[in-house]
Formats: sequence, structure tokens, C-alpha cells
Amino acid sequence: MRANFIFSEVWIGLRRNLTMTIAVVVTVAVGMALLGIGLMINSQVSSMTSFWSDKVELSVYLCKENSPFEACTDKKGISEEQKVALEGVIKGLPAVNGVEFEDSAKALENFMNNDSNNVFASFLKVEDMPESFRVKLTDPAQATAVTEELQGQAGVSNIINERQLLDSYFGFMDKLQWMALSVAFAMVFAATLLIGNTVRLSAYNRRRETGIMRLVGASNVYIQLPFVLEGVIAGLIGGVLAAVMLITCKILIFDGIQTFLPEALGWNTVAGIISGTMAIGVIICILASFITLRRYLRV
Amino acid sequence: MIHFDNVTKVYVNQNRPALDHISVDVDKGEFVFLVGPSGSGKSTFLRLVLKEERPNSGAIHVAGKDLAKLSNFKVPHLRRRIGCVFQDFRLLPNKNVYENVAFALEVIGKPRRFIRKVVPEVIELVGLEGKAHRMPDELSGGEQQRVAMARAFVNRPMILLADEPTGNIDPATSIGIMKVLDRINRTGTTVLMATHDAAIVDSMRKRVVELEDGKIVRDQSRGVYGQAY
Repeated sequence: MRANFIFSEVWIGLRRNLTMTIAVVVTVAVGMALLGIGLMINSQVSSMTSFWSDKVELSVYLCKENSPFEACTDKKGISEEQKVALEGVIKGLPAVNGVEFEDSAKALENFMNNDSNNVFASFLKVEDMPESFRVKLTDPAQATAVTEELQGQAGVSNIINERQLLDSYFGFMDKLQWMALSVAFAMVFAATLLIGNTVRLSAYNRRRETGIMRLVGASNVYIQLPFVLEGVIAGLIGGVLAAVMLITCKILIFDGIQTFLPEALGWNTVAGIISGTMAIGVIICILASFITLRRYLRV
Repeated sequence: MIHFDNVTKVYVNQNRPALDHISVDVDKGEFVFLVGPSGSGKSTFLRLVLKEERPNSGAIHVAGKDLAKLSNFKVPHLRRRIGCVFQDFRLLPNKNVYENVAFALEVIGKPRRFIRKVVPEVIELVGLEGKAHRMPDELSGGEQQRVAMARAFVNRPMILLADEPTGNIDPATSIGIMKVLDRINRTGTTVLMATHDAAIVDSMRKRVVELEDGKIVRDQSRGVYGQAY
């Protein structure tokens, strides 16, 4: 095997087909970058899902005096006995992992801490804040069942499943991820066709050489390798560009929104995604080249 | 060296066979002319020897190998033992004489030292000494055909196939080409040459196999082109 011969052939092929090569490089780069972004969103979402799964609780709000909630029929608020009874009921449920009582003062404190909108701060009083049981669940999927169980209990005004609040956010991330992945899929498809076309042009340009190679008994590997390598090199350059795009994306977008998110997207994950997309890009190039060569380069 | 046993070749979408139950034997070191009008099956014969085409029936042995049993993977190795020369030379226009000849060795992975040794030898054998660095378009037709012959012979094939090698060359120059083919033949290489050129066949006095409509109508040792049969 004469490596320098093969590489000079590859170089000639790439140079002669410069515009097609550029087209391949750009499509592979964009396709792989989108695929990578899809995967990055995916890993961000799943790391956040597991983060929130630990934290998510049901808030069981209790009736206060003159509570407007329908459940608080007697307008007198929950009595101490009812509170104790309710806590017993909650603790008795198999899906419940733990329960914590949040009184009005604590609720106000949490509210002030969580919400930067301090317009309320001036007129909110401790008495305005509801008391609640913070219920931790062993399995977040049990939330609905537990809610139904507790809804009818005396002194319960309403129950809020914090997970539902997050679901709309996760839903948005999910859509974003699928959008990126489907565009990536389209780009990969386009890249495959483009590579096929490039290899075909290349094979046509060099039909004299390949004809002679065939005639003097060059092996199939020797004849086909330069064409496949052309695809691989174009794919690799595209992959490197995609890596640059992904790193930029991680720094500008993911690190930018990281302040709002509890779990940051780590560089390890990004490195894994980059090598994954590069491998996919190169494999696609090899496959597309081989399939085209089967059709257009008779050996 | 080349052994055809009852070989028939029918191309797809054609009713008339290109070769019709052909049996012929070519021994090692022989020089054979394959003559006959266009479409008589000469080129098909050569393509079958190279396993570029497969026969519909019959057996072909080349250099001791049964082509039907030869896997596609091994076809390149068969072709390394067969040199080919064509009417249209088929040189690479962007390579000079030396590079054109060396190309045939490079693509079968021969070491550079070997190439540097044998290429000048074979360029001398075909009578192109001193022209190794000319480009093909700086050469006459006869000289280009000599380059093609050098390329076909540089790997010392057992068989040299020539498909109308003098078809694009004037009669005076053709004599030089034939001398080179004869010289190659004298090294022990079997030469099989398809041609229309009556004068050449007549002057060489070698074995002549005549094809017509895919059938062998004449097989003469020391024959001439147009003799009645």
C-alpha cells in the first residue's frame, strides 16, 4: 500500500471538486451541529429531570379563616386537631416519603426569597400566607393518586403539584430538542445525497485513471480508497466545524441560561456529544461513498 | 495459456450471440492475430480473457485459471498477468511518459525502488529512450502507442492483449509498433492481437484466427489476412 500515492489522488480529487466538497463540508457541519444541539438539550433536560424529581413535592394548602376556596366550607379554617389528623393521613399513604409543615411565617419567608418581585413585600403580612404540608413522594408518578386521596380531606383548601408547573417548561425543551433533531435528520439526509453526488462526479472526473487501474489489476481497495477518503476528509472537516459550532453554542447559550438552571451542562457531556456527532458524520460519509461507488465505479 | 472451450456469449437484449460456441487454444509464447470484420466478436473475445465479461456457456482458462471459478476478489490478480494495449492509447494526459508507465506499477503497490529500476528499462525496450519526461501531447501517435505498450509490459505479463493497436497509426509507423510487439513476444509473452490491418498480418506470418459473426471461420498457423479458406 502506497500511502503517498493514495493521498495525492485524494488531494487531486478534493481540489477538482472544490465546490462540491465545500457543499458537503457545510451540510455535514450544520447537520452534525444540529444533531449535537439536540443531544445537548436532551442531556440538559434529563439531568434537570432527575434533579427536579428529587425536589418535586406536592403542596397541600390548608384552609384559613375566610378562605375563598370551595373546599373550606365552614370559613373557619383548619383546627389543630384536623391538622394532626391530616398529617397522620398523609404519613399513612404508601407513596409518601416525607412530610413537612410550612407555617405562614415560613411561607412568607420562602416567597420573599424566591420572588424577586418585591412589590408585594410592602403589604404582604404573615397572616395572608397559607399554611401547608410539603409532601415528598417516593415516586413522582404517584402525584395524581395522592392528590385525589388528599383532596377530600377536611381542612385542605387545594393541592398543587409542582411537577405540573415544570412540565410546561420541559415540554418546551422537548419540542426544541425534537425540532433540532428533525432538522438534523434532514441535513444528514441531504449530506448523504451530496456526498453521493460528489463521489459520482469525482469518479467521472477520474474515469481514465480508474479505467487504467482496473486494467492493470489494481485491487478494489486501491481504486476505491481515494474516493472513500475524499468523503471521509470532507466529513471530518465538517465535523470539526460542527464541533466549533457546538462549543460556541455551549458557551453562548447553555452557559448563558445556566444561571436560571440548577444543573449545568458539563464539558464532559459536550465532549462526548462532539465525538459522537463526528463519528456519525464520518460513518455517514463512508457509507454514502461506498454505496455510490458500487453504482458508478465498476470494478 | 488461453483456452476457450465451447464458449458462447450473448449480450443482454441481443438475439445474435457475439461469440457462438468458440473453441480455441493459445499456447505459451504464441503470437496470434485475431481478424475479422467489425462486430465479428474480436473485442468480446479479448474482454472475456480479461473477465470483463462472463460467457453464457462454455469454459475459459487463462494462465491456468478457470475464470468461472475465479472470485471477483481475485480478478485484479489475473489482470496483473495480462497487459493491454488499445487503439486509443489510453494514456493519462497530465502525466509524462515515465509517470504513465510507473502508474501501472504504483497502483498495484510495487515499491518505489523497483519502479525506478524497471520503468527506464521498459521505456528503452519500446524505443523511447530520452523521451521519458515528455508529455503525451508532445508525442506522435506511434510514440504514444509505444508508451501504452511500455505500460502494458512493465509488469512482465504472461499475456499481452492488443486491440487494434495500429488502428490510429499510419502504415510506416505501424511497422515500428509491430517490431515492439514482436520483441515483447520474444521475451516469452503470449501476444493476442485483434486487427483489421491486412498488410501487417500478411507481413508477420503468424497464426491467424478469423472470426465472422461470432464463429471461427479460419485458424491458420503462419497465415495471412484475406486468404480464402
